[in-house]
Amino acid sequence: MLRFVLTRLSLVIPTFVGVTLLAFLLIHLVPGDPIETMAGERGIDPARHAALMKEYGLDQPWTVQYGIYLLHLLHGDLGKSMITHEPVVSEFTTLFPATLELSLCAVLFAILLGLPAGMIAAIRRNTIFDHGIMGISLAGYSMPIFWWGLLLILLFSGTLGWTPVSGRISALYFIEPTTGFLLIDSLLSDDPGAFRSAVAHLILPTIVLGTVPLAIIARMTRSSMLEVLGEDYIRTARAKGLAPFRVVGIHALRNALIPVITIIGLQVGTLFAGAILTETIFSWPGVGKWLVDAIGRRDYPVLQGGVLLIGTVVMGVNLVVDLLYGLINPRIRHRS
Amino acid sequence: MRYKLLAAASGLALLLGVGAASAKTLVYCSEGSPENFYPAINTTGSTFDASSRPIYNRLVEFQIGTTNVGPGLAESWQASDDGLTFTFKLRKGVKWQTAAGFKPTRDFNADDVIFSFERQWKPDNPFFKVTSENHSYFNDMSFPKLLKSIEKVDDLTVKFTLNQPEAPFVADLAMDFASILSKEYADLMLKAGTPEKVDQNPVGTGPFMLVQYQKDAVIRYKAHPDYFLGKAQIDDLVYAITTDASVRLQKLRANECHVAIPNTADLESIRKEGKLQLLDQPGMNIAYLAFQVEKKPFDDKRVRQAVNLAVNKKAIIDAVYLGAGVAATNPIPPVLWSYNDEVKDYPYDPDKAKKLLAEAGVPNGFETDLWAMPVTRLYNPNAKRIGELMQADLAKVGIKAEIKSFEWGEYRKRAQAGEHQMAQLGWTGDNGDPDNFFRVLLGCDAAKAGGNIAKWCHKPFEDLIVEAVRTTDMAKRTDLYKKAQVIFKEEAPWLTIAHSVQYLAAAKNVEGLKLSPFGAHIFYGVDIK
Repeated sequence: MLRFVLTRLSLVIPTFVGVTLLAFLLIHLVPGDPIETMAGERGIDPARHAALMKEYGLDQPWTVQYGIYLLHLLHGDLGKSMITHEPVVSEFTTLFPATLELSLCAVLFAILLGLPAGMIAAIRRNTIFDHGIMGISLAGYSMPIFWWGLLLILLFSGTLGWTPVSGRISALYFIEPTTGFLLIDSLLSDDPGAFRSAVAHLILPTIVLGTVPLAIIARMTRSSMLEVLGEDYIRTARAKGLAPFRVVGIHALRNALIPVITIIGLQVGTLFAGAILTETIFSWPGVGKWLVDAIGRRDYPVLQGGVLLIGTVVMGVNLVVDLLYGLINPRIRHRS
Repeated sequence: MRYKLLAAASGLALLLGVGAASAKTLVYCSEGSPENFYPAINTTGSTFDASSRPIYNRLVEFQIGTTNVGPGLAESWQASDDGLTFTFKLRKGVKWQTAAGFKPTRDFNADDVIFSFERQWKPDNPFFKVTSENHSYFNDMSFPKLLKSIEKVDDLTVKFTLNQPEAPFVADLAMDFASILSKEYADLMLKAGTPEKVDQNPVGTGPFMLVQYQKDAVIRYKAHPDYFLGKAQIDDLVYAITTDASVRLQKLRANECHVAIPNTADLESIRKEGKLQLLDQPGMNIAYLAFQVEKKPFDDKRVRQAVNLAVNKKAIIDAVYLGAGVAATNPIPPVLWSYNDEVKDYPYDPDKAKKLLAEAGVPNGFETDLWAMPVTRLYNPNAKRIGELMQADLAKVGIKAEIKSFEWGEYRKRAQAGEHQMAQLGWTGDNGDPDNFFRVLLGCDAAKAGGNIAKWCHKPFEDLIVEAVRTTDMAKRTDLYKKAQVIFKEEAPWLTIAHSVQYLAAAKNVEGLKLSPFGAHIFYGVDIK
């Protein structure tokens, strides 16, 4: 097992270096520099432009800049935003809990609905349930997030008035960010209204962000379940006279879950991509929106640092999933 | 209504035995996060709305809703006859706000004024580099070149000496970058080893004090109880940061906020519903198409006039601005003093355009490029679409225009270098002085430096606009600018496109809300009924 863990870990290092190089190169290849972007229509005279480029260290060739960047990185220094002049790490840590809270809720939503839906579709194969669930999940999978979010806002917040439109909590509640997770912070605030408001604000973004993973999980559960249900041992279990619930719920589901867990792990990357759009629509103060703003302003340190930190999180989660998978499935563990 | 929410919240609070939420709270759905809370190093409206406007004051202030400059922290001021010195008499008894770790021991005085300018001006000032040394506006308004000295005459008198007469100087001091910071607070923070706190937990003299800022989520202020013009009517001011315009409108409709900037596409439905109030104000801006007059055939003014005649401007305004813009005739907007309404715009007359082209020696037209900006600006919602409409109109008189675009930074750099033949661009005024349009966009210095992308340097025009900044006599200045506008139209270095109109939507129970020509959103003087 130790050997397996070490092999997995050693793969992470080149990936990490690759991410830093890619983030650095892509951002510097985009035309336009932050000084020009700040200057606006006014323009900036070449002398001042040069002085500012020097101040930000942008006058060096990119190889030197990359070297300096890596050197700072080794000291744990991700630099400061060129716009707000705040350290990148502190901006990330204030914003990341919001993204994490939303993503966790979305994954939970997707699993809680996706697993049973996939199971029902598999058990009732080729019935109206199956076709209905698969049709809906295909629609969910193809739904553009932006449009879906606005549609839900118009219906539930606009016409019906059931849910708040955007934000994380009503502006009337003054919550001190202790943990950064608003569900916890609002519970700590002794005001039950605050918690209720936080939950109400979470509903629509959770649905919007959870829709694609929900569809994927439902489809994956169905096909994996169908495969398992056709196995000999299931027939044996049935022939033995086991209750249908035990056959499906215990014997089939456990084995069907293995590929589903992998898929859930792989969804983390998709989730962050979806979070960028979801956060923009719902004014959700997370890292997705932060990165989008940074692109527009050519805020290099934020973009590099943000991509790197998110990349690290995705790699971390995938690593954990890989290890878990090895734990569940001895064949993988021993192959290495 | 909002009150229902408030009532529900306070009902809940009563049940639980905690007293809260009975104060008057105004929620503004703002467009974006501020870059930080130090106005002098920023240039964006959302930063000024969050910092200089609620928290700080300036020596002189734009009277809300106008471009007129009135007293602020200075009660009165006097210019010397040669226009080189300005003496400001400061207001007495102006109280500073408090902040965590800071209780002011003295009122506002001349030291604060000198500190606020030296921080941006003198590299040896200990605060020059704090947060950032990029004091954009201070440099852009040429203050390092303009200022000779700032002296304290006594505690309540400050004297500014200039290197050359500059009529718009007083208006410059009403701009956001000229906000006055507390020297006492700065000294204290410097001693504590945390100078950056001055910009993170700002202390001003303004109507609202910062309570909490959560990036991309919310900014909270409470009314400054000792504000020198009297405490604000609302107790708490909250900015709910909401970037998407359609979401802002939904929030406004759901009473989650009181005030928001709407999308132009939604104006029609807001008017039809009649549930919200809609304020409008012609903006301090201009969108234009500049001809590169150093390049053939645009060195011939008849060609420039012909393009002016060939384009159907009304169609552009109707199709692209959707009611949020008015056709432009002069290079300055009608809200600005000295606007000459006697100048007549070129009519839409393709036949006459053809005739002029023939006279200029290009009877069969010519080929040219037509640059369209890649971004949406307040003054130009869709440059590409405008380019296409112009292209179609120009084809009718034989001019084949090819639409070109670049990344935004690249676009400006190339346009300022004069690489185009025809390019769209625009401008939003800073200080409410016509000089801020004429010399910045059409002066001979700007033709060299870049701001004048038409590269048009015309002696008779230049003489007028230079003379206009060397005198402080308003009647004389107005007259000079009016004459300059006549020359501008005749010489036609631009095709003036439009001035955009800005809108603000608010709940019906919000009172006293005014729009500013500078696009500022100011909540002092606003009340909820």
